[in-house]
Amino acid sequence: MQFAVLGGFVLAAFAPLLHRWFGERTGWVLALLPGALLLWLLGQLPTVVAGETLVFEQAWVPGLEITLTFLLDGLSLLFALLISGIGVLVLIYASGYLKGHPDLVRFHVVILAFMMSMLGLVLADNLVSLFVFWELTSITSYLLIGFNHTDLEARKSALQGLFVTVGGGLALLAGLILLALAGDSWSLQELTGRGELLRGHDLYLPILLCLLAGAFTKSAQFPFHFWLPNAMAAPTPVSAYLHSATMVKAGVYLLARLSPALGGTPAWEAWLCLIGALTMLTGAFLALRHTNIKKLLAYSTVMALGTLTLLLGIGSEQAMVAFATFLLAHSLYKGALFMVAGILDHETGTKDIALMGGLRRVMPVTALCAAVAALSLGGVIPLFGFVAKELLFAAAWEGGWRDLLLPATLIAAILTLAAAAIVGIRPFFGERRELPRDPHEGPGTMLLGPVLLAGLSLLLGLWPGAAEGLVAATASSVGGAPVAASLYLWHGINGPLLLSLVSLALGLLLFRHWARWRAALRPLEPLIQRGPEALYFRLMDALVEVAEWQTRLLQNGYMRNYLVMMLLVLVGLTGVTLFARHELHLAVALDVQLHEALVVGLMVAGAVMACVLRARLAAVASVGVMGFCIALTFVLFSAPDLGITQLLVETLTVILLILVLFRLPRFARLSSPLERVRDLVVAAATGGLMTLLILQVVSIDPFSSISDYMVANSQPLGHGHNIVNVILVDFRALDTLGEMFVLALAAIGVFAMLRFHAGEYETRDRQARGEVVDD
Amino acid sequence: MIRSGTLILHVAARLLMPLQLLFSVFLLLRGHDEPGGGFIAGLVASGAFALYLFAFGPRATRQMLRVAPQDLIGLGLCLGVISALPAWWQGQPFLTAQWWTIPWIDFKFSTPLIFDIGVYLVVQGSVLIAVLALMEGDSEEVSHD
Repeated sequence: MQFAVLGGFVLAAFAPLLHRWFGERTGWVLALLPGALLLWLLGQLPTVVAGETLVFEQAWVPGLEITLTFLLDGLSLLFALLISGIGVLVLIYASGYLKGHPDLVRFHVVILAFMMSMLGLVLADNLVSLFVFWELTSITSYLLIGFNHTDLEARKSALQGLFVTVGGGLALLAGLILLALAGDSWSLQELTGRGELLRGHDLYLPILLCLLAGAFTKSAQFPFHFWLPNAMAAPTPVSAYLHSATMVKAGVYLLARLSPALGGTPAWEAWLCLIGALTMLTGAFLALRHTNIKKLLAYSTVMALGTLTLLLGIGSEQAMVAFATFLLAHSLYKGALFMVAGILDHETGTKDIALMGGLRRVMPVTALCAAVAALSLGGVIPLFGFVAKELLFAAAWEGGWRDLLLPATLIAAILTLAAAAIVGIRPFFGERRELPRDPHEGPGTMLLGPVLLAGLSLLLGLWPGAAEGLVAATASSVGGAPVAASLYLWHGINGPLLLSLVSLALGLLLFRHWARWRAALRPLEPLIQRGPEALYFRLMDALVEVAEWQTRLLQNGYMRNYLVMMLLVLVGLTGVTLFARHELHLAVALDVQLHEALVVGLMVAGAVMACVLRARLAAVASVGVMGFCIALTFVLFSAPDLGITQLLVETLTVILLILVLFRLPRFARLSSPLERVRDLVVAAATGGLMTLLILQVVSIDPFSSISDYMVANSQPLGHGHNIVNVILVDFRALDTLGEMFVLALAAIGVFAMLRFHAGEYETRDRQARGEVVDD
Repeated sequence: MIRSGTLILHVAARLLMPLQLLFSVFLLLRGHDEPGGGFIAGLVASGAFALYLFAFGPRATRQMLRVAPQDLIGLGLCLGVISALPAWWQGQPFLTAQWWTIPWIDFKFSTPLIFDIGVYLVVQGSVLIAVLALMEGDSEEVSHD
């Protein structure tokens, strides 16, 4: 299992090579991997339905309790089936949709990487690996939304999606760590068994809020819903896959997964029901504002995500069954509808539904798929969507908060039905209109997906028993206890059926008057404009402003200001700690030899000269004197390695300084007397504090030093007599490795600065114009 | 501006540079037991090249170096990472030192040595990159005049 998922990442890396071999057919070749996974997962279906949980153990970082263990129970199996199944269809679909696109290779690399990240996310048992896969889906989603990178809107939308989901990801990380601390385990399987402990824990509320922030941003819940419709800037295969069937459901998945551990408390119910219902209404309501078919579908996805959250909030057995059914139904019809939208866009050259009409004669198969999927979306008998909607009504009917949730669900159902009718009927019936392109039936590669998905919607609608096992297994893992599910198309005449009929009638009425409805909504436009998205933009602007302000303040390009700032922070923090937390012990017992005094005297003289001298070269030499005296001190106190290093560094510094000095402009302006006083104060404070600190360190000995260990073990463990070297290359080799990389980066930085020096010409220009230039 | 071409500097650089390089290798190899090691040796070696650079200019130095300093850095980082792998292979924690005695010449070969050579190359490459870039910037200006 792990092998297949990690192998998928490797396959993604090799996609460019496969392109060279298979050209246009690469999509089909790549689809083999998710296809094989799909078959294998279907093979596991009977075992999981029987109530077993398959565990695939794999260590990753044993020292930190991080594992790559995969868990296959009902919930993860349902998700994995959707991911791999729709993944196959999307890969094939994309080979038609993006045919001849110059960046098809890039698409394949990223979408395959996404597929594997998503699989890892729903299968992971360990919180850390779950988080890693979670962030990987955010990053791959960013790359896919911004696929058309020459388009400014696409880039903006991609960045917006990234900021929102990764911002939530930070909260999620905090939440997961708190969860692991509170539950004393990093394993989801163990945590779900510790519900009592977690719900009674002092940290319960912080954990819940952090996790909700992560889940709500990922799953586009109100008030973070705005990124999802904007993400429609992505190519349609991406929208069909990431932004309807899989990635946006990751947040819902996490909530469902943790529902046995954290669910059922008043806080859980209140947050999930409230936000879920709000999201559901917002999505359903805003969907009808749009004539762009992808935006309309995106808002209806927002509505569906809200519904799923709401069902998790209700938390009854009925709601769990409804959750699983709705999830499956939604992925099937929404995937199909997005693919239909892609065909329409591809064939007509526009995404605007208001421009389309009468297309059923030229694209009969597409029209049929659209009709079936739209009926399922609207929840019309005999589609699978109807079964899901009945269960939803039943759950809202029986759950708590009924007076609030039932009307909300009904309103959402009415609006959704109208949206479904718009998508399923409007483009295909009525008069033909002028279109940017002469439409034809879509190619076979693009029809395969919608036909299969719409067909499944119909099949499961007529024979809901086929999905019973999977739904029951999913509901059981969400509920934390075995749940029996029986799905029927016909429940007899009861409350939910009446609600369905009401929603059908009112929805159709709304569809007839769609244009008038949109006109009526227009006065609300300013209010919608001031929604959460406006807040997001203001936040981003403020962020940039603060960044600019602090750059002007702290990183203004003047070396002396950097120094002053750094030294003041150092003096401030260290000084406060020294004086507030410790008593000052100054046991000064001076026992100075003559040669030591001489060296120190030289050092002081060098420092004074460096400050006083006007000639630069002489100043450099004085600083050099100081450096060599320090080296001498090392040698006097028997640290030859440090001494040698200091000596060499000092030599090279002098060389570098000499090289640099020739490139510097003449001092045009020297510091004013006031500035000098300021610098003197800062310097004196720093020097004084360091002196106090060293005297203090000498007089206290609060903990045993690690150097005894190093001295004792250098020869037996490290096979070396030079302790410094053994520490550098053996005991602390990881630190050294890190420093090697830092050094390399610094060197690259220096190289870049010297080679691509735009600033230098600017300075020269300013000098030429006689402006003031200083260091 | 730095003028290259004085006789004393030429002769000194020619004579001293090989000695300095030899000394740096000596420091590198004995570093595990006596004062020395990759960092110090790298500094000595870059000092040697800097001397040559002052005497003969950047172009001659690059010709003598044959490899770009960037490549030295890359190679050094690779060696650093490579030295971490044998321990991994043995199932021990990352970067655990491995020692092998080469029988005929009685020389102890080890991953810390590979690591130290990596440090040596990275230090040398980093200093050379900066010094060469600075000198070349100067000579460009000279050619403008």
